[in-house]
Amino acid sequence: MSRIPEMFAGVRGSGRAALIPFITAGDPDPDTTVTLMHRLVAAGADLIELGVPFSDPIADGPVIQRATERALARGVTLGDVLAMVRRFRAEDQATPVVLMGYLNPIETMGYAAFAVAARAAGVDGALVVDVPPEEGDDLVAALRGEDLDLVYLLAPTSDATRIARIAAVASGFVYYVSVKGVTGAGNLDLADVAEHLAAIRTQIALPVGVGFGISDADTAGRVAAIADAVIVGSAIVGRIEALAATPERIPTVIGDFVAGLRAAIERR
Amino acid sequence: MATSTDNVVPGTVRAGLASYDWPDARGHFGPYGGMFVPETLMHPLAELQAAYARYLQDPEFLAELDADLRDYVGRPSPIYHAERLSREYAGAQIFLKREDLNHTGAHKVNNTVGQALLARRMGKPRIIAETGAGQHGVATATVAARLGLECVVYMGEVDVARQEANVYRMRLLGARVVAVKSGSRTLKDALNEAMRDWVTNVDHTFYIIGTVAGPHPYPAMVRDFQAVIGREARAQMLERTGRLPDALVACVGGGSNAIGLFYPFIDDQDVALHGVEAAGEGLETGRHAAPLNAGAPGVLHGNRTYLMEDANGQIIETHSISAGLDYPGVGPEHAWLKDSGRATYAAVTDREALIAFHTLTRVEGIIPALESSHAIAYAAQLAPRLRKDQSILINLSGRGDKDMHTVAQLDGITL
Repeated sequence: MSRIPEMFAGVRGSGRAALIPFITAGDPDPDTTVTLMHRLVAAGADLIELGVPFSDPIADGPVIQRATERALARGVTLGDVLAMVRRFRAEDQATPVVLMGYLNPIETMGYAAFAVAARAAGVDGALVVDVPPEEGDDLVAALRGEDLDLVYLLAPTSDATRIARIAAVASGFVYYVSVKGVTGAGNLDLADVAEHLAAIRTQIALPVGVGFGISDADTAGRVAAIADAVIVGSAIVGRIEALAATPERIPTVIGDFVAGLRAAIERR
Repeated sequence: MATSTDNVVPGTVRAGLASYDWPDARGHFGPYGGMFVPETLMHPLAELQAAYARYLQDPEFLAELDADLRDYVGRPSPIYHAERLSREYAGAQIFLKREDLNHTGAHKVNNTVGQALLARRMGKPRIIAETGAGQHGVATATVAARLGLECVVYMGEVDVARQEANVYRMRLLGARVVAVKSGSRTLKDALNEAMRDWVTNVDHTFYIIGTVAGPHPYPAMVRDFQAVIGREARAQMLERTGRLPDALVACVGGGSNAIGLFYPFIDDQDVALHGVEAAGEGLETGRHAAPLNAGAPGVLHGNRTYLMEDANGQIIETHSISAGLDYPGVGPEHAWLKDSGRATYAAVTDREALIAFHTLTRVEGIIPALESSHAIAYAAQLAPRLRKDQSILINLSGRGDKDMHTVAQLDGITL
């Protein structure tokens, strides 16, 4: 059973938004990723999004592109990412983990084989950036068969028809992309986001997370006031990159940053 | 020369095909094609589909396209009976469809003229494009200059360095050329960056994709704009020889010149369709750009097709002497034509292409692009297997001016 609904129920019960940090698996190395995942939970993460490296990440900005390239240079594969989740699960059976990436590595492994291996590793869901509902039937079926959620994106360009289409297939939560752009883009317009969330909630009962363009605790706090989850990626990944010379400091420094995000979410 | 059927509008060509009716409504060619893009792009793709469907039925748009192809591009392009080359290869009669004589020197402009007119009708003031060798970038910058549209061209940093002349041409034409520094810094990365730009500036930007790849409706739309090649050639061959050619030969990178030639012949079952991929240093070396010959199906750049990928689904770097064929994917319709058996796909090496380049230059006085040289090289193998009263039509998709530096370097000469 996916851990995602239970997590959201608990967070809702305590009257706050969930905090979802994103890191690229294998950046700078698999050991650090596993250590960092535990540190993220200790700092207040409610769900971890783990980026699966792909050679051609068309929805990602420069920061996550470079993280992807660093992981690929180490030879990190989808199988390796699942191994990292398995190691994390050995000590943490509660925190949901969602893989975020692109279709081709999954297609190469095979949908059914991926679903079985992901469940066995302790994955709760997947967000496959280049699979809109129009192309997702087979993947949804394979994941559902293993009780995994397929998390869909919604965008500022998603009109009522598209929201309805996604409402029909989404599970776990939906991820609202707050800006037209790639990950790490700047300047999210809070009023505009609020308006879109209202439109989404008329059709979708699942929790709605907001991501892309949340780079600091202040913005995280403001988004937490209107969203069910706050998703922060590039701001974390960029800090990991800045610590390349001293990787042993990554868990502490990133943990402190994420704790700051959590505090801002609690304060709002 | 031109007959009244030459300038048939893009959409109506479908009516001439009795049984072949791909893609389906959602852009699939059998298991290939589709719309594998982030959610942000689904709405603009739907808009593009609607606009394209509408303007294909709009006589005013079609008349404008027709006039541009005639007066600006220089269509129809002739077919040329290469008699000395036919003797050299000692077999079938070889005809060349002279796309090299188009404005800007290649077939690419057929498509950019069409898409730029569409961009203007849709009220998009800004054009973006990706380019490898620079031919599509130049063809895009050219039509953007003519229509007064802002133009940004993405080009891998590696290609910027090896195609300086085309970079300068684009800048002369008023385009901003952005050197892409991510990934392998070649064509596929330029495409990635153009998609990122489009996601960001989707409200006022039209993305002119240069080949029959990308998400639906691009593979069908680019094919329809390029199908003018095959429509003209079909009428011209009937007029010249009284019958259809026995075989068509075209090089395949993304595959736009090939599909443009093949498409109007798909229902002519007696006409063999031969696509030619870049075998680079040899298929067995792994250093090539031949996904149909040595790749596997996967998903990249918005569609499912044959790809060059590793065992973990990562896209791998390609190699070809010809920058225009140096791409790890191929248009989904070619994947479908391959699987369905309607077309066959061979591959020729850098070395074979180079020999063909020199042969055509010496015996016919036509310097072909290195891309097109792959088609010539395959014809050298095919022609002796046919009788002298049979015919092969090769798409001479571009001229070789842009390749002078590359060829000179290979011959040990510095220009």
